[in-house]
Amino acid sequence: MADGTPKGLREPSLDGPFGPGIDRVDGRLKVTGHAPYAYEYQGAEYHGPEPLVGYIVPATIATGRVVSIDDAVASRAPGVRLVLTHANAPPQAPWGPLVAQDRFARAQPMLSDDRVRHYGDPVAFVVADTFEQARAAAMALVVHYESDTPQADLRRHLDQAKVLSKMDGGESPVSDVGDSAKAFAAAPVRVDLRYDTDYQNHAQMEPHASLAVWNGPKLTIWCSSQMVDSHQGGVAATLQMSKTNVRIVSRYIGGGFGGKLPYYADQILAALAAKRLDHPVKVALTRQQMFHVTSHRTQTFQHLQLGADHDGALQSMNHEAWVQTARYDNFVENVAQPTRGLYASPNITTLHKVAKLDLPRSDSMRAPGDAPGSLGLECAMDELAERLGMDPVALRLKNDTMVHPTSHQPYTTRKLADCLKAGAAQFGWERRPTRPGTVRDGEWLIGYGMASAYRGNMLRDASAEVTLGADGVLVVRLAMTDIGTGTYTVLTQIAAESTGLPVEKVRVLMGDTAFPPTAGSGGSFGAETSGSAVFRACEALRDRLAEAAVGDARSPLHGADMTRIAFEGGRISSGDAGEELGALAGRISPDGVTAQGKVSKAEKPQGKAEASFGAHFAEVGVNMVTGEVRMRRMVGVFSVARVLNAKTLRSQLLGGMIWGLSSALIEGNEVDVRQGFFANHDLANYHVPIQADVGEVEVTVLAESDPAVNPIGVKGAGELGICGSGAAVVNAVYNATGVRMRSFPITPDKLLPHLPPVLSV
Amino acid sequence: MRSFGYERAGSPQGAAQAGAASGAAFIAGGTNLLDLMKLEVETPTRLVDLGRLDPGGVHPTAEGGLRIGAGVSNSALSADPTVRSQYPLLAQALLAGASPQLRNRATTAGNLLQRTRCVYFYDTASACNKRAPGTGCGAMGGVNRMNAVVGTSSACIAAHPSDMAVAMMALDATVETVTANGAGRRIPITGFYRLPGNTPHLDTVLQPGELITAVTLPPPPPGVQGYRKIRDRASYAFALVSVASIVDGSDGQIRQARFACGGIAPRPWRVEAAEAALTGARADGPALDRACDLLLQGAAGHGYNDFKIPMVRRLVTHVVAQAVRPGQEQRNG
Repeated sequence: MADGTPKGLREPSLDGPFGPGIDRVDGRLKVTGHAPYAYEYQGAEYHGPEPLVGYIVPATIATGRVVSIDDAVASRAPGVRLVLTHANAPPQAPWGPLVAQDRFARAQPMLSDDRVRHYGDPVAFVVADTFEQARAAAMALVVHYESDTPQADLRRHLDQAKVLSKMDGGESPVSDVGDSAKAFAAAPVRVDLRYDTDYQNHAQMEPHASLAVWNGPKLTIWCSSQMVDSHQGGVAATLQMSKTNVRIVSRYIGGGFGGKLPYYADQILAALAAKRLDHPVKVALTRQQMFHVTSHRTQTFQHLQLGADHDGALQSMNHEAWVQTARYDNFVENVAQPTRGLYASPNITTLHKVAKLDLPRSDSMRAPGDAPGSLGLECAMDELAERLGMDPVALRLKNDTMVHPTSHQPYTTRKLADCLKAGAAQFGWERRPTRPGTVRDGEWLIGYGMASAYRGNMLRDASAEVTLGADGVLVVRLAMTDIGTGTYTVLTQIAAESTGLPVEKVRVLMGDTAFPPTAGSGGSFGAETSGSAVFRACEALRDRLAEAAVGDARSPLHGADMTRIAFEGGRISSGDAGEELGALAGRISPDGVTAQGKVSKAEKPQGKAEASFGAHFAEVGVNMVTGEVRMRRMVGVFSVARVLNAKTLRSQLLGGMIWGLSSALIEGNEVDVRQGFFANHDLANYHVPIQADVGEVEVTVLAESDPAVNPIGVKGAGELGICGSGAAVVNAVYNATGVRMRSFPITPDKLLPHLPPVLSV
Repeated sequence: MRSFGYERAGSPQGAAQAGAASGAAFIAGGTNLLDLMKLEVETPTRLVDLGRLDPGGVHPTAEGGLRIGAGVSNSALSADPTVRSQYPLLAQALLAGASPQLRNRATTAGNLLQRTRCVYFYDTASACNKRAPGTGCGAMGGVNRMNAVVGTSSACIAAHPSDMAVAMMALDATVETVTANGAGRRIPITGFYRLPGNTPHLDTVLQPGELITAVTLPPPPPGVQGYRKIRDRASYAFALVSVASIVDGSDGQIRQARFACGGIAPRPWRVEAAEAALTGARADGPALDRACDLLLQGAAGHGYNDFKIPMVRRLVTHVVAQAVRPGQEQRNG
């Protein structure tokens, strides 16, 4: 493919960066509206009767119980088939278990009792012939509650926060290297700072949706899921049925971002209603419902203490974080994660405390932990640099390390310094205003800021199956998902390159628990994990094909030297002899030749730390009159080992950088603590950046080879862009104004009181 | 959304007659009403669609002003050459609102009648005297960052969301209407909006069925026009505060200043006494402070929106002073 090198049988390694990559294989389907999303499967691959349509009725109290539901009007409304409430819902497994190997496979019963656990907890499900009928009837339900007083204000409950045994990813909420308190007290240069970040809500373009179809004991749910295998387990556990009777399908996904790692009410309610009615049922969350029926990123409060020698060498780092989790849950956002691994320091302490509140559950959102944590750490580093009288880039270079400072394991590769230097040069960092608040452009104060980017790399379990048909087409099957990142495209490339087939001859089928299981899309591990499994399956296929050719008297390669066999241009060959792969496969079996491959998280390099790195540089303008901050330009330089596809990679990094900008300046939600709800629950009030907020953004990726991390030498990049990018923007705001803002996002109302008065005449 | 009857109006008077029926509502662009109906914030039993009526155009009046048809889209109005040259603050205000797609649908009359964006008004589970009289005010003691700080009552602290209406207020627009019996009225915009008092569910003085047919503007007054809006993102966000201003003066001296403010009150907020205080005044700190004091007499924050008071003072001070700052005269065409 891209690099044109023939793939030998015994040395099939994917060489170097793949080059520019290919256009998205599903791009045309998507832009022409032919890619079916969860709510749109009729006609695509579901051909049964027109589904009935459900509408969720979310609770409007934060905690308490449902006393009664008056459905006199709703149940007689036109088209209504079912009003499902706790009074008539079937028995299901209890919620949990709380301590679960896979929290995304927990049982999550719906309408199983009269308790309301959070605002938005479903209390009824109305099914009718059409969406409009279901919605109208749902709104006619009268629900009477007995409401308890909620605890919904994290700031007021910080002192009740507790240290749980584990955080997201299974890590300990506490880490302790050396004696950071003692070292901090002794350090000649110190900063002691508090930051806070706001709640953030998922706002994928595609809302969560499900279509549930029963066929005897077998249930199929077409839905929007990042992890179909986990959700198969979760649905089976909830409905107390065998996993083999549950099939989850998620072909195309209009954005995941971690918000489709858990499954939600739509899957279970659609399944329950379809069973009760003996008819397929579909449901989509409304935009407003998404704010409370799904998960969110917690607000965070952070305390950072950094101590350094006069030359900038860090002596002590202490990062404490307070986060929210739902009363009934145990998710802990690992906010101080970047502090554990980014810079060398002999003394590093981190601590996470969680307050269980009467709010919807917090869970994963792009770069859980690192996104808010890097805002704290990388802003504190900027403050320390100033205290030291050092350039912020120089301070990071001074504390660069090739060994993870908490685990003491060497990094497989780490090009942070290269990213910092390349980024500084590309951005023109040397033109940074050395004194804050001194550069003006009309009403605008101009400032530069920077930050490091760091995100740990993970390998998970995955398997894949490839089948080469007599027509020379390779079909790849695995229960992976493409959440918009380009997974279909990069897996097509991997399969094509590792079998010597042109990309047009590869068809990747995913998003289906009928296919070999994978860990799905999350934590930036998707491409490397599923890509490794596909690569291994292709290796096995080459073996089978080569053995068959050498042993087949009808093959031109009969008796050829196995070690000299190559796969190239859709052919298998040895020297001048060879044949089309399809012809060989057809001779072996009319059904083609199938091979499997798998990869396990246990294959991660032992005793090594692995991560992706980068550096962000930002220029902002701060309006002196209005306090509005506008990002003018941003440069991100990253190092993520092998580049599978430069185009989709750039999009991932760019999107992450923009979300970081959003966290710094725009995006956040407020809780009405009386009712335990997010006050902004539509896209008019919950602001994400629009095009005019995003200035010029450049993404550069450095060449890097890291063969140790996994069979294909690829590291995660989906979350790296958001790590540190917000801090670069915040640090630029300081450089522009001389004002240190430590509460994010920096909206005009927060910044304005710190700006000089406007002039009269 | 509740089921509703639907008819297309064939004439303004026919529309007014149909609209006078109990439960009837007019629909033009529908950019606000349809959203509210989906949420059952508004539950009309009958929609009278104005889409087939002549939208009217943008035409000069005999007095040297402008007559804008009720159905003229926000896009068309903002692009009108006369508006752009003679009433630039109106064009600026229109372009500061919503998105191009919405401006293509939204009409002049509909924009004036936008309902508040208070989150408690939009949330039918919350108390709201404007949506459901007598239920209380969820915004009081709630997340009221976008709410009003002046002109409010103990029943309601909702803010008017329009940008265009703020410009219309500064320009002394007049709203022309037709009623079911064929009579018409000319309502000066200063008397068009009601303050909430004990009846926050009534946004304007329009009677049931009374249909806006046009908005007229007097000849443009002398001075520098401008519309400044502070918002949380660069586009497609409601104003935290905004100021529409027309300031005549030079060399630091004000001859006459007008300013209407958005985002701070239940209606575009304009106070004659504040403007009078600047007539013939020097644009110095004390004069501008005094004008802002008068503009914001009785203003009080409700917690999350306390910032609006200093923010709007700052913006008014800036736009007035900037307009007459020495060196700015060339802009006073």
